[in-house]
Amino acid sequence: MGKISLRQVTKQFGDVTVIPSLDLEIEDGEFVVFVGPSGCGKSTLLRLIAGLEDVSGGAIEIDGVNATETPPAKRGLAMVFQSYALYPHMSVRKNIAFPLRMAGIDAAEQARRVENAAKVLNLTDYLDRKPGQLSGGQRQRVAIGRAIVREPAAFLFDEPLSNLDAALRVGMRLEITELHHRLKTTMIYVTHDQVEAMTMADKIVVLQAGRIEQVGSPLELYRTPANLFVAGFIGSPRMNFATGAEAARHDAHTIGVRPEHITLSKTEGHWQGTVGVSEHLGSDTFLHVEVAGIGTMTVRADGEVDAHYGDRVFLTPQADKIHRFDAKGIALK
Amino acid sequence: MATQHSRAAARLMISPSVILLFLWMIVPLGLTLYFSFLNYNLLMPGAHDFIGWKNYYYFVTDPAFTTALINTLVLVLGVLLITTIGGVLLALLLDQPMWGQGIVRILVIAPFFVMPTVSALVWKNMFMNPVNGIFAWIAHAFGFQAFDFLAQAPLFSIILIVAWQWLPFATLILLTALQSLDSEQMEAAEMDGAGPFARFVFITIPHLTRSITVVILIQTIFLLSIFAEIFVTTNGGPGTASTNITFLVYAQSLLQFDVGGGSAGGIIAVIIANIVAIILMRMIGKNLEA
Repeated sequence: MGKISLRQVTKQFGDVTVIPSLDLEIEDGEFVVFVGPSGCGKSTLLRLIAGLEDVSGGAIEIDGVNATETPPAKRGLAMVFQSYALYPHMSVRKNIAFPLRMAGIDAAEQARRVENAAKVLNLTDYLDRKPGQLSGGQRQRVAIGRAIVREPAAFLFDEPLSNLDAALRVGMRLEITELHHRLKTTMIYVTHDQVEAMTMADKIVVLQAGRIEQVGSPLELYRTPANLFVAGFIGSPRMNFATGAEAARHDAHTIGVRPEHITLSKTEGHWQGTVGVSEHLGSDTFLHVEVAGIGTMTVRADGEVDAHYGDRVFLTPQADKIHRFDAKGIALK
Repeated sequence: MATQHSRAAARLMISPSVILLFLWMIVPLGLTLYFSFLNYNLLMPGAHDFIGWKNYYYFVTDPAFTTALINTLVLVLGVLLITTIGGVLLALLLDQPMWGQGIVRILVIAPFFVMPTVSALVWKNMFMNPVNGIFAWIAHAFGFQAFDFLAQAPLFSIILIVAWQWLPFATLILLTALQSLDSEQMEAAEMDGAGPFARFVFITIPHLTRSITVVILIQTIFLLSIFAEIFVTTNGGPGTASTNITFLVYAQSLLQFDVGGGSAGGIIAVIIANIVAIILMRMIGKNLEA
C-alpha cells in the first residue's frame, strides 16, 4: 500500500519560504510526477515526503498514518538519488543487499531477494563488480535495485535520469515505466523535463515557487491548462501566446495556440508572416514565423514542407484549439 | 614536440638539478657507509683503520640497541594510534556545523605550527613538571601526589607530546576527506535504515581509509626519526628508557665520540626504516590504488 497525503505542508529555510502551504493526495499505485522549473521546490517536496527534511508545518500521512515525525527509514519509502548515491567501496551485490542487512534479514533471504532484483534489472552479470566499473545506466539500475529489494510502499525518484545521455535517458524512461506497470507500487518522480513528465506520469503535479499550479493527467494538462504557466510549460515546442487586439477579438487578455494546432498555407490564412529559422526533424518541421503585430510564432508543419528563410506564408489557428486567459493568466472557459 | 632532439635537450636541461640531488643523497650515504667500517673515534685522532663488521656487531649487541628498537616501535605505534583514532573523532566533531567554526579549526591546527623543541619545552616545564606543572597543580588540587611524568613514564610522556603535535595533521587531512563525502550517500544510507553508528562504520570509515593510509604512511616516516622531543625532555633517560634508534645513534657518535659506531647505527636505522616502509606498503598500500 502506498497512499500518501500532504496536509497544509509548509517548509521554510531560515527566512526563505520554499513551500507556502500545500495539499496533495497521492493514490496507491499511482505514478505521480512533480514537474517544474529549477528552484520550484519539487526536490524539497520529495525530501519532505522521504523524511530527509523536516516540515515546518502541516502533516504528512502515509497509508492514513501520520508520519510527520517518523524517521526516514521507518516510513517504508525507498529513494533513488540524482547522483545514484551508490556505496563505492561495496560490490553491486552488497549495495543492493545493504538495506536488507540493515533490517537484520538473514543471509539466505538476502541472497534470494538480491538475485531476484538483479534478474528484474538485468544486473546478474555485474553483481560482483564495484559501482566504479559500471556505466551510468547500470549504476542507475543498481540504485533502483537497492530500492526494489526493500519492497517499499512507494518509490521516490529525484531527477534520476538527468546524469544520463539522451539515448540512455529514453531507454531508462521506458524501463522505469515498465517497472511501474509490473510492480504496481506508488512512484513519485521529480523532474524538470516536461517530456519525462508527459510520457511517464499517471498524474502530473506542476509546481512553481512551491505552489501547485495544476494537478491532472498528462492529457488533461495538455488539453485544458489551468493557467498561462502550465500552458507554457507543458507541450513541446511551447505554446504560442498573443495579447492585444488579437486576443481582444476572442474576449481574452491573452490567447494561446499550440504549434501543432496551426495550419500552414502558402496562399490564404488568418495571419500573414515571414518564415525565419526552420528546424527539420525529418518527421516534422518546426517553422519560426514572424507575424506582424504578434511576434514570432512556432508552427509544426509536415516533415517535407517546402518553406524557406524569408518565404511569405499564411497561418490559421484551429478555432476549437485556442486557449483563452484573463489578465491574471487564469484560463477562461 | 617529443622529438629525439627535444628529448635530449630536456635531459640536458634537467641534468644539473638531478645530478645535484643525486650527489646530495649519495655522498652522505657513501661516507656513512665508509665510516661504518672504520675504527673512527674522535678521541683517538689519526687512527682510522678498517675493522670490517665490528662496528655493526658492537652496535647490535649493545643492550641499549634492543631497548631502543622496542622504544622506536612503541613510540611510532603509540603516536599513530592516538593520532588516527583521535584525528577521526576530532574531524567528525569539527565537521558538525557550529558557531565559530573557522576560529575553532585554526585553533585545532595551531599545534602543528609550533616547532618540536618549543612544544617539548612547554610540555616539560609548564605541564609535566612535578613542581610547577599544571598537571601537578591539578593533582594537588584533588589532594594527590604530583606525578613526575618524565621520570616515571618517560616514553609515555614523549608519546603524548609527539601525538599532540601530530594530531592536527591527522585531523586536517581526515577533515578534508570527511568533507568530500557525498551527502546523498549518507542520506541513502539513512533511508536504507542505517543508524548513526552503522553509517559511521559502513559509509564514513570506508570513505576515510585512503586518507588514513596517507596519514599513517607520512607520519611513520617522520616518527621513526623523532629526536628533538627526546633531546629536550629526557635526554633518552632515565637510563635508556626513552632512547630510540635515532637518539642512540646520536649518543654513540656525539656523546661517545664514536663516529664509526654511529655510522653503523645510521645504516641500521636506514635498513629498519626501509623494512617498516615495505611492511606498511604491503599492509595498507593497496588502499592507495584507485
